[in-house]
Amino acid sequence: MSDQITPEAAAAHWARTRSLMWVCLIVWAIFSFGIHFFVGVLNGITFLGFPLGFYMAAQGSLIVFVVLIFWYAGRQNAIDEEFGAAED
Amino acid sequence: MAMKGDFTDNLGRIYGIYVGGFTVFVIAMAILEQIGMPPRFILWAYMAMTIGVYAFIGIMSRTGEVSEYYVAGRRVPAVYNGMATGADWMSGASFVGMAGSLYVLGYDGLAFVLGWTGGYVLVAVLLAPYLRKFGAYTVPDFLGTRYGGNLPRLLGIIVLFCCSFTYVTAQVYASGIIASQFLGIDFNIAVFAGLAGILVCSMLGGMRAVTWTQVAQYIILIVAYLLPAIWMSTVKTGVPIPQLMYGTVLDDIASMEQQLIAAGQTIKAHAEPFTNYTPRDFFFLIFCLMVGTASLPHILMRFFTTPTVREARKSVAWSLFFIFLLYFTAPSYAAFAKFNVMSMFVAGGGTTLAFESIPDWIFRWGSIEGHTLVQICGEKAISLEAVRAACEAKGITGGFNFTELKLNNDMIVLSTPEIAGMPWFVVGLVGAGGFAAALSTADGLLLAIANALSHDVYYRMIDPKADTKHRLMVAKVILVLVAIAAALLARTKPSDILSMVAWAFSLAGAGLFAPLVLGVWDQRTNRTGAICGIIAGFGLTLGYLIGNVYGFDLAKGTGDEFSWFGVKSISAGVFGIPAAFIVTYVVSRMTAEPSREMQDFVLRLRVPRGGQMMEHSH
Repeated sequence: MSDQITPEAAAAHWARTRSLMWVCLIVWAIFSFGIHFFVGVLNGITFLGFPLGFYMAAQGSLIVFVVLIFWYAGRQNAIDEEFGAAED
Repeated sequence: MAMKGDFTDNLGRIYGIYVGGFTVFVIAMAILEQIGMPPRFILWAYMAMTIGVYAFIGIMSRTGEVSEYYVAGRRVPAVYNGMATGADWMSGASFVGMAGSLYVLGYDGLAFVLGWTGGYVLVAVLLAPYLRKFGAYTVPDFLGTRYGGNLPRLLGIIVLFCCSFTYVTAQVYASGIIASQFLGIDFNIAVFAGLAGILVCSMLGGMRAVTWTQVAQYIILIVAYLLPAIWMSTVKTGVPIPQLMYGTVLDDIASMEQQLIAAGQTIKAHAEPFTNYTPRDFFFLIFCLMVGTASLPHILMRFFTTPTVREARKSVAWSLFFIFLLYFTAPSYAAFAKFNVMSMFVAGGGTTLAFESIPDWIFRWGSIEGHTLVQICGEKAISLEAVRAACEAKGITGGFNFTELKLNNDMIVLSTPEIAGMPWFVVGLVGAGGFAAALSTADGLLLAIANALSHDVYYRMIDPKADTKHRLMVAKVILVLVAIAAALLARTKPSDILSMVAWAFSLAGAGLFAPLVLGVWDQRTNRTGAICGIIAGFGLTLGYLIGNVYGFDLAKGTGDEFSWFGVKSISAGVFGIPAAFIVTYVVSRMTAEPSREMQDFVLRLRVPRGGQMMEHSH
């Protein structure tokens, strides 16, 4: 087994990695900034006894971040394996 | 070194025993308290026990190997590295001050909760796996290799030093405050107790010792943080899950606020957004804290210690999980504390607190010398007479309003167990938790600074032929010198330095984020681009910070301070971070592309397979 993968495989691997990166950053941006623009509207809704806008900033977004990184780690690993780029 | 293999193989068992031992200790304290042991003994016992454990781990983890010293031998499993990163990240200020900020700022304080967690998405996706693949010992080491030559390396060291040194000074200061508060000793002596606590963790074993003490410190700090919140939740609601139950407490706070407002008091509603910050301040702050998180060297270097790239990614996820446990509890802590305090004012249908009804804890915390922790009617609340005099001077008689009571951010967490009537063994536990938070962050920062000086300045730039023994000796001497410098500075209680900690995020983000991210994600970024980008981003941010806070004459409040679009100094990175990206990108494209060799290097960086790229001679 060689240490290197072919340039074609590497390019395809990187293209997929890049799309995953953008997906993650879009989700990140939505839950870091996007939904908090609407805190006024969301606060009109009650969720688990919380005003929803407050809840999203205090817990909701944080839970999304944690789940997002675990999901990312799994997805990126699958991409690495698909293109033979994973560690042995 | 057969012992080492044994150690990493048996981590679960070792930390299991540790948790068991710690539980027994806490129970023993509870029993001793019941049979009449004085509180002072309990507080001392907590400090002695925890420092003893850290010293034991520190001494057991001493090492004479370079890779053990710098990156813990790269054998730290993802979950444990997550706990260590959690302790590394959550400073004395997070532990002690976060709930207090939320108490004061309400919804607007959640900018800190969001900013200090969301940055880990950037770390995971953009940086950590690639830096691990590269296999450097320090962050400037990556800049030096990717961009070639000593100038990028030196700029990296300057940025690192600027953001980490003020930060470590604040940690030493915090550990001194906590030690002096809980041990009842003079602050000037307590600083050195803090210093000793910091050095026993890091000096002999570098990253290896810091890693394993940070795991132990994380366990103490998270238990110490969660226990009082669970306690308050159980007392108030009957359910021991504060994070779920404080929704109803927010409701109660809102109705008490209505009651006070109806009586003509001006109250900023706790859950109401943008009462302290404008929406723009709020979002700029989140942005700067997130990018700063993803650029702070003491955090990034924790991900150099995992065995593989795959583990590095998982480890970021675990890190955020462990950080999340504290940060999603902080708002509930704040809500319960606010509920308790506000209840004093509306008790019995009234809206003011009568002077005779002021509880003892107000004077106990208010009369602590050297710090103003409790203010009533604008004066330090030393005694009933002092409060009465201060209020009467303002024309307030009989009792005072909720808005006249000002609690220092830093006292909410430390005093809540006492205010809520919890026993001393919980008070001592909280003190030990705050101390652990300050020590663990101080150690991470100290290593980041000392390693950059010993590895990048001494080994890479001054004496590349130095042998292992010599290198480690230099590393340890520098570590001790930096620690002593920070302690001496902390001793002077430099208020300017302490307020500069908030700057670290903007400075790190502006100086390091662009060259690190583009170094991986943009093959075309070259040496000239990176150098110009760092100088532009960092220079602009530092310039704005100094200009905004001090003005051209470097003195506060002389009227020559400037401000662009009203951006606050804590969000200074909103100019520097984009500037660094634009300048790096444009200059790189105006100048020659990087060598074929360097472009291949970047391509290899992106493929986990094939082991780490940088070979270190041992």
